[in-house]
Formats: sequence, structure tokens, C-alpha cells
Amino acid sequence: MIPPLPLWVEIPVALLLALSGVFTLVAAIGVVRFRSFFQRMHPPALAFSFSAWCVTLASILYFSAQDGALSLHAWLIIIFLSLTVPVTTILLSRTELFRRRNSGDPDMPPPLSASVPLSADADDSSPTPR
Amino acid sequence: MSPLLFSAIVFTMGCYITAMALALLRLVRGPSAQDRVLAMDLICTIAMLILMVLAIRYRSAMYFEAALLVSIFGFVSSAAMAKFLLRGEVIE
Amino acid sequence: MMRRMFPAPLLSLALLALWLLLNNASLGLGQWLLGTFLGVLVPLLTQSLRPTPVRFRRPWVALRLFMQVGYDVIVWNWRVLRGTLATGKRMPRGGFVVVPLDMRDPNGLAVLAAIMCVIPGTIWSELALDRSALLVHMFDLDDAAAEIELIKRRYERPLMEIFE
Repeated sequence: MIPPLPLWVEIPVALLLALSGVFTLVAAIGVVRFRSFFQRMHPPALAFSFSAWCVTLASILYFSAQDGALSLHAWLIIIFLSLTVPVTTILLSRTELFRRRNSGDPDMPPPLSASVPLSADADDSSPTPR
Repeated sequence: MSPLLFSAIVFTMGCYITAMALALLRLVRGPSAQDRVLAMDLICTIAMLILMVLAIRYRSAMYFEAALLVSIFGFVSSAAMAKFLLRGEVIE
Repeated sequence: MMRRMFPAPLLSLALLALWLLLNNASLGLGQWLLGTFLGVLVPLLTQSLRPTPVRFRRPWVALRLFMQVGYDVIVWNWRVLRGTLATGKRMPRGGFVVVPLDMRDPNGLAVLAAIMCVIPGTIWSELALDRSALLVHMFDLDDAAAEIELIKRRYERPLMEIFE
């Protein structure tokens, strides 16, 4: 039987967990509720940043108190998320821009480099319509 | 497991499941393909968070590996799908 | 010799730290050796994949930027939370802003992209081909000029100090 943890560990862990639950729920509500795609892209960032941080902190606290030694294993989740989330977000927003411009949506802003001639080192993944 | 922590975990799990259901709604309904990719990405992240909370619930650090795997698969699949929508092929 | 062995010393250190984290910092000699081995080998093998060498200076500015981003993430989380739950007139109106850039270094721009995407409420949408301007979608856009000023002062200037 594992002895219960002291109260000063359990209260922060419980608070952090509840906080991450609320933020994730709001992120999902935002995904369902907003009308434009770009507006919908913002709320999931709540789940990717703050919720993940809270859960990670909670598990670091909990396992450190349980094992009696610093358990930093969960940091990997934060590091990993902060590396991968920008890639997905940028790809998705460029996809949306590209497809909406191609279908001639007037709400989309004009391409930034329309008047700029293609330079030699220009990458070929620019979302300018072809 | 004390009652305080247990009820906090139950509350968090309830929030996560509701959030997942809402994201699933967007996945089914979502007018464009990008919406579906976004919802899928969110669902994968919530699955990862659920695994991290389960690690606390069952006091087992083994769940971390599963959480990392879920998040890696989520990242790879959404990046590949977004790339496919952008260019029509995944690897050029 | 040292430069050939360690083309990117920071990357080597980061890989070693990541390996130790993955093993929950079990401080056995074997894990240290394996981590060091990875830290030496991976930068050598991926050298041709990194187009421009990273010049990293002023760690204090980097630390301050790191703290600033952490603080901003929390502030913006709160704002996006409120904006998501708002109804009626207080619904957030998103919009695009075009930020003119002074920074040209690709590594610095990559870090700026990561910052913009990790912070909820801003999404990096497009970069001009000549890296002179940036299209950002803001969650709640009141005063476009102030937001542009903020992005340039808070993130771009420290990044220019660090990477250029």
C-alpha cells in the first residue's frame, strides 16, 4: 500500500489538473463555435500551450513527491509540443490561404510577394496562386 | 488516492471527454478539409493529455511513453495531411 | 579538430540533455556515454541538412525573451479564453496584419515563427519571398499599428540581438 501524499502536494496537483481541463474544454468550444477558419485556429493553441503545461507541471510535482526524487521526464512533452505545434499550425494556415485564394475568396488578404520578382533563392512552397 | 485528487481527476477527465466529443463534432461537420485536420490534431492532443492524467491516476510513469507516441503520431499525420492539401502530394 | 568534431556544440548539448530527460535522468554511466555518443554523431550526420550555421549570442537576452514568451503565453491564454466565451458585441473580430520585418536571418525567423504559433491569438500565416514582411492573423484585432509595434519591439528586436 502506497502511503498518501501530503496535502501541500495534492492541492496544487488537483488545481493544475482542473485548470487544464477547463482550458481544453474552452479550446474545443472555440473550435465548434467560430465561423471563420482562421478564428477557429486560435482556440486549440490553448490546449497545446497552457493545458499541456499544467498537466506537465502536475505530473512533475506528483511523481517527484511520490519518488522522493526530481522526476523531469514530463518536460519532454512540453519541449516536443513547442517544436511540433508551429509546424502543423503554419502548414494549416498556409493551406487555408492557398485554397481560399485559389477559389477566389475576396476576404483573403492579397499575397505579400505578388509584386516582388522571384529571386534565385526563393523557396517554391510559396502560396501564390499559379 | 485521496478523495480530493480523485475528484479532480474525474472532473478533468470529464472536461477532456466533452472536449473530444466537441472536436469530433467539428471533424464530422467541418465544411473544409482543413477543419477536419485541425479537429484531428486537437483530438490527438487531448488523447495525449488523457494519457498524462492516467499516469497520475495509476501512479505509473509508463504512460508517458504512450503519451509521447500518441503526440508523435498526431503530429506526423496532421503535418502529412496539411502538406497533402497544400501541394497534392506528401513528398516531392 | 574541435570544430570538425563539434560543428554545433549547442545542438550536441541539447541532444545529451534530451537523452537524459528521456531516461528520466537516471545518472548511470551508460546513459551518459550513449547521450554523448548521440550528441557527437547526430550533428555530424545532419550537417548538410542545416543550411546556415547558427550564431547564438547574448544568452541573457535569450533568457529574458524566454521568460517574456512564457508570460505572454499565459496572458494571451486568458484573453483567448475570454474571447472564446464572449457573446454578442464582445465577440472577438479577428483580422490580418502585415508586419514589416528588419530581421533577415533564417534561424531568427524560425524562432519568431515558433513564438508566434505557440502564443495563442497570433498565427504566422505567410512570409514574403524576400523576407521583408510577414502576414499574421490576430485573434482579437483592435489597433493594428499597436500590435505591429508590440511584435517588433518584444520579439523581433531581441531575436535580432541574439542571431545577427
